[in-house]
Amino acid sequence: MTDTPLTLAQTDGRALARLRRWWSGETANPVKRVQFDRPLTPWMFLLPQLAVVAIFFYWPSVQAVTSSFYLEDPFGFGATFVGLDNYTDALTSRGYLSTASFTAFFCVVVTALSLGIGLLLAVKADKVIRGAETYKTLLISVYAIAPPVAGLIGMMFFDMHMGPFTEIAAWFGHDLRVGIDYWDTASALIVISVWKQIPYNFIFFLSGLQSVPVSVREAALIDARSGWRRFRDITLPLLAPTAFFLLVINITYTMFDTFPIIDVIVKDKPANNPMTLVYKVYLDGFKGNDIGGSSAQSVILMVVVAALTVLQFRFLERRVHYG
Amino acid sequence: MIKTASTSIAFALTASTALAATDITWWHGMGGRNGEVINEISQQFNDAQDQCNLTPVSRGTYEEALSSGIAAFRSGEQPNILQVFDAGAATIISAEGATIPAEDLITGAGEEFDREAFIAGVRNFYADSDGKFIGMPFNSSAPILYYNRAALEEAGVEPPQTWEEFEQIAPALRDAGYIPMTASQLTWMMVENFKSRNNQQFATNNNGYDVVEGTEIIVSDENQVMMFEKLKEWADEDLYGFYGAGWADNLKPFEEGEAAMWIGSSGSFGGLQQSADFDFDAVYMPYWDSIEGAGTQSFIGGAALFAMAGRPDEENACTARFFTFLTSPETQFFWHRSTGYVPITEAAYEMAKSEGYYDDQPVAEVGIQQLMLEGGEWSKGYRLGFYPQIRTVMEREFNRIFSDEVAVQDAFDIIEEEGNALLARFAKTAQ
Repeated sequence: MTDTPLTLAQTDGRALARLRRWWSGETANPVKRVQFDRPLTPWMFLLPQLAVVAIFFYWPSVQAVTSSFYLEDPFGFGATFVGLDNYTDALTSRGYLSTASFTAFFCVVVTALSLGIGLLLAVKADKVIRGAETYKTLLISVYAIAPPVAGLIGMMFFDMHMGPFTEIAAWFGHDLRVGIDYWDTASALIVISVWKQIPYNFIFFLSGLQSVPVSVREAALIDARSGWRRFRDITLPLLAPTAFFLLVINITYTMFDTFPIIDVIVKDKPANNPMTLVYKVYLDGFKGNDIGGSSAQSVILMVVVAALTVLQFRFLERRVHYG
Repeated sequence: MIKTASTSIAFALTASTALAATDITWWHGMGGRNGEVINEISQQFNDAQDQCNLTPVSRGTYEEALSSGIAAFRSGEQPNILQVFDAGAATIISAEGATIPAEDLITGAGEEFDREAFIAGVRNFYADSDGKFIGMPFNSSAPILYYNRAALEEAGVEPPQTWEEFEQIAPALRDAGYIPMTASQLTWMMVENFKSRNNQQFATNNNGYDVVEGTEIIVSDENQVMMFEKLKEWADEDLYGFYGAGWADNLKPFEEGEAAMWIGSSGSFGGLQQSADFDFDAVYMPYWDSIEGAGTQSFIGGAALFAMAGRPDEENACTARFFTFLTSPETQFFWHRSTGYVPITEAAYEMAKSEGYYDDQPVAEVGIQQLMLEGGEWSKGYRLGFYPQIRTVMEREFNRIFSDEVAVQDAFDIIEEEGNALLARFAKTAQ
């Protein structure tokens, strides 16, 4: 056979194929090749998401960073460049530092308790045979409650005039004063936040447990009689990816999503009540109309969360086995 | 078919008359009964004329109303009228160009305006240092002492005029099984109006009226600290009940008949008439007999209405018209009667008197009389920037005082230090 000259259509086809290979990174790793025919298709799919991120995250972030270097009057008539003043003011203020340390404490306690209790309930629910569905539904139902409503329900229990928890505490000789005493309010805040988050952790842990292969469980049953040892050596490592995911989600939850609960508890009179950094950003910015100071605080928060996420993925995720 | 056609024509006609009217909006921070009365007043205004159509919108609390008004101004979506509370006065008045001074607005629209028509206690608070009205006083109130008549009779005591008298009668109320007193907002009652009732200087630069630059708050003085040392002492001896910084938490024991006396707003009268099922009365907020020159009038609390700048002229004309309508004796008397806020003009007060309103409701007169007491050098008002945040600092320290975390003197030193830092920061933004 002699070489026949290629038709125009064929050359075109080859060039396109090469371009396509280049776009999809086919040469690098054929196994992970992305199955798109047209180079623009993936971008089209990404576009709505990218637009959302750009409008609701990048643009406000840039604005926050800019205004954190200015001192501005509330109505926006004029802004004075003050350099890092807003940052030093925040970082040296007594209120900011105590809020920051409470946020860290709150984060650790709420995450630990809601993960721990969620796991315990999941392990126990996994063993239930009779009425399992009802049991699970009851445990999960709390998740359907919106955070502000959860806050309201919680505050009814802790109300200083008629709350049942206040009365129970009184039996034990403790004068529970939520809204006045710092640690009483902190306890109420922790109880309500943990209660709200347990169902979420429960759902994920339960599905994690149910995906542990029966063969593995049975093999473990032969190797060890102690239930605790089987749990520690087999179940827990297999749950690690779920637990890691939940850890990240729970930290975000305590730092950001507890906002409505705090708002309900402090009833727009923060006084000396404990609050998280996010709530303080809101108070100073939206209640106090101090836009520069509040922006500086939110930039600090952004940096902390970014650092935390990097740390989690670099150090913790290495220990997680995805199977 | 003909019927549908005629109804649609009728509908089109009503729609076109409604369209011809200029729409203006009013953002306010009132809820409950007071919010309802605002709707009624707006309806009365709309019914009284047909050029303007006013829509009131509740924006949550006072703070929320101010914040959303500011946010709206920054994006060019401001309402025509914004209600701003006493503590936010400096924020909005210092922002020249954000509002049209009420006095200019009204005279500019060719309507009459007379400062002297307003009662004395109301004239200065929302005015500039020359006395020109920037905000239109609207819901003005005074902190007064409400008491449960039966409780005081049971303990065999008279309502106190001074704090010294309170100290004498309180143990009898406690022994009769009552919490002698609660108070709903210590910042307003025991600091700001402690200053006015006892004629004490609150801030340098003429209580902040003269200049923003260099204004400092004065709260760690002997008398102010004494007031709170007494409150703490009374709380420890069960003579005073402290229930945190929330308004309702402190009101509740009084409404439920557990507390014998409650310091609240004269504007709480309307709500209290509905919520309390016992006979109550009120007297002036007590002062200290031991402080020389005490017993002066209190600052007006409550809020004022501000005409936001940047709206079309025909809308501003409607706003001016509404302001005039609002100050008419009839409207003021209606507002006074329905809510308990004081009438802001002499004419409205006279009208309420001549109609015998106070013969039926003597409680309603207490607030206005307290505002009409003799004025002192320091009882006219204050103008402090970032004041809502200073109040927040105070509330934090007060909670700490009553949970034994800080000594009174130290707490006020902290308030003064942080308050002055905030004032200095505000002075920078106002440059």
